[in-house]
Amino acid sequence: MIDLLMIIVFVLLVTVFMIAIGTYMYRIFFFTEAPFDRLFLPVERVIYRLSDIDEDASMNWKTYAASLVVTNFIMMALMYLVLRLQAYLPLNPAGIPNMPPALAYNTATSFITNTNWQAYSGEVAMSYLAQMLSIIYPMFTSAATGIVAAVAMVRGLTGKSPLIGNFFVDLVRTIIRLLLPLSFLVALILVAEGAVMTLKPYVAVTTFDGTVQTIPRGPVAAYESIKHIGTNGGGFFGANAAHPFENPSPITNLIHMLSMMLIPSSLIYMLGLVLKKKKQAWVLAGAVWFIFLSMFATVYISERLGVPALTAAGITGGNMEGKEVRFGIAASSLFTTVTTAATTGSVNNMHESLTPLGGFVPIAQMMLNNVFGGVGAGLMNILLYVLLAVFLTGLMIGRTPEIFGKKIETHEMKMMAIALLTHPFIILVPTALALALPGPVQSILNPGSHGLSEVLYAYDSGAANNGSAFAGLDADTVFYNTTIGTVMMLGRFISIIALLSLAGSMGGKVATEGNVVSLRTDTPFFGAIYVVVVLIIGALAFFPVLALGPIGEQLVMWFH
Amino acid sequence: MFLKALRLSLVLWVLIGLVYPLVTNVFAQVLFPYQANGSLLEEDGVVRGSLRIAQPYTGDQWFHPRPSASNYDALDSGGTNADVARADYQAEIIARADAVRDESSGIVQAVPNDLVTASGSGLDADLSVPAALAQVPRIARATGLSEEELSAIVARHTVGRELFLFGEERVNVHELNQALRERGVR
Repeated sequence: MIDLLMIIVFVLLVTVFMIAIGTYMYRIFFFTEAPFDRLFLPVERVIYRLSDIDEDASMNWKTYAASLVVTNFIMMALMYLVLRLQAYLPLNPAGIPNMPPALAYNTATSFITNTNWQAYSGEVAMSYLAQMLSIIYPMFTSAATGIVAAVAMVRGLTGKSPLIGNFFVDLVRTIIRLLLPLSFLVALILVAEGAVMTLKPYVAVTTFDGTVQTIPRGPVAAYESIKHIGTNGGGFFGANAAHPFENPSPITNLIHMLSMMLIPSSLIYMLGLVLKKKKQAWVLAGAVWFIFLSMFATVYISERLGVPALTAAGITGGNMEGKEVRFGIAASSLFTTVTTAATTGSVNNMHESLTPLGGFVPIAQMMLNNVFGGVGAGLMNILLYVLLAVFLTGLMIGRTPEIFGKKIETHEMKMMAIALLTHPFIILVPTALALALPGPVQSILNPGSHGLSEVLYAYDSGAANNGSAFAGLDADTVFYNTTIGTVMMLGRFISIIALLSLAGSMGGKVATEGNVVSLRTDTPFFGAIYVVVVLIIGALAFFPVLALGPIGEQLVMWFH
Repeated sequence: MFLKALRLSLVLWVLIGLVYPLVTNVFAQVLFPYQANGSLLEEDGVVRGSLRIAQPYTGDQWFHPRPSASNYDALDSGGTNADVARADYQAEIIARADAVRDESSGIVQAVPNDLVTASGSGLDADLSVPAALAQVPRIARATGLSEEELSAIVARHTVGRELFLFGEERVNVHELNQALRERGVR
């Protein structure tokens, strides 16, 4: 009963912040004058001058996409260098060695693509300087990259020009006006609640029982705040947000969850403001909330029911394996739902030890990849499915499909098909490959249906740029490091480029005002169509493998 | 365009990778030094652990934390990643539950789930209230303290849900054992 109240309060809190930050982002990206200009403009001007950027130049989609990709690859190279050289650099109190090449490639691609898949454990594999220069850095820039790509797509779909903004200016404004101030404030709240924030070295102690324990520390709070605000998800420590220093209390847990939902939901609201149709935002938010809450109910009920054999043996309370007492089943289930809806990928409980049906939820949400979705990438995927829903219903009623008054034609359909089909392709093909080869199969911890889920989860997580794992899989091998690294790159950049191209071509079209016969996209009816399209496309692509993995395992556990 | 991208990447590298964490560090150290440095537990000026990180307590006279996948090695945080549908996993948990019942001389019958399962971090320093109370008969036998007094200690250190909604009712093992030490338990 309290748990039901908790979820209601959570939805209300997300909605309040969605309106506030959505309005703020609308001002940042669609007006020349924005709040706090006197504070932020001087900082931005210094950055523009140092980087020789003309803040008034607007770009077509090709220049925008090229600037985005080039900047991201330069950043990735900088990160890779630090990982390979950290042993020779300062701020390495624990004396951590350089990272090997395949793992450094995997880590650099992982963080530049906003995935944050981790084949390493931070406390033994990364110096404080590497955490700052190779991890905190891309946590900001990859989040900002996703946000500005979504903003550019919205400009193309709704605007009157094939010019969709200036990538560099958008990136700087996102970081300076949104991500840095929020992350700083949230970091201090996290410290107050018990998160660690220090450059002092690890502490070796003799415990009260006489054993030796080394307690790792580091600049954790500054890392945690942007990790969730930017839907990044990588853990400072191996245990991620289950670690008491990353997520010390139920309050920090709530802040983490609200941070993850903040920008994905605000972007939906911003879209409504741009269109001057708030109803559009409520319809889309309502549709994704419907899927979200169904998923939450599934994992929550499944974990409460727990494992039948253990309940029969007199062990009460459901499944607590891999969960922390301070969160319990409710806050763990909600965190699991949030982190794979907003494709963050941090975990406050071990997903591999969820009941099979509980584990089905994160896998399915990463397959759908648009239940809010990651910062920016989420809105782009939502718009992709909106376009698809419009196209399909257009076919049924025999009208040329239109979105926001503009016609959807051949080029747009091609780009949609590329963005749409890449996702199942880069999940299912590598999964099949890994399962067919003798070497990669050795990495599986729990053979059988669960082992299939481990491998499926890994590529699903990489493709959705999520980053969470069924962590039993030993993914630090050359095969997994390179294939998952490449899946992350494809999952990130193919859809961004295809959808920016779509936006550029839409931007060149003239909107026909008030066409009464076209399908309206701001009605509850359209919200229902949206949900049905998402579920049908998802089920068509993925049901067979889900039946062999988590669904089959749950049925065996119940009825065997 | 390449040069612009390179220069911007370097400027942001300094701003985000160095200035931001270092400034946050200064504020954290000034405003909340105890938390920022790891909530360290000291005894006679010597650091003995962290309030938030579980340690092994093996003797019968202590409250035991939850099982740990890494045996409380704080450099190896994480869970067991056990597949809960597997029969060998279930047999291990049932054996732990039987041990809890034996330790309590049969007083405990329904075993709280958190007491016999490993936490996600392997470093969970909290117990549910039933999991702490399930250990009271054993500790009473080993220390000579009465069960009433031990139950009162658990009650005194119990923390409720935050804002009455979020998280779970819980009690910190370090605080419980500190209370035992104050009553002369060694």
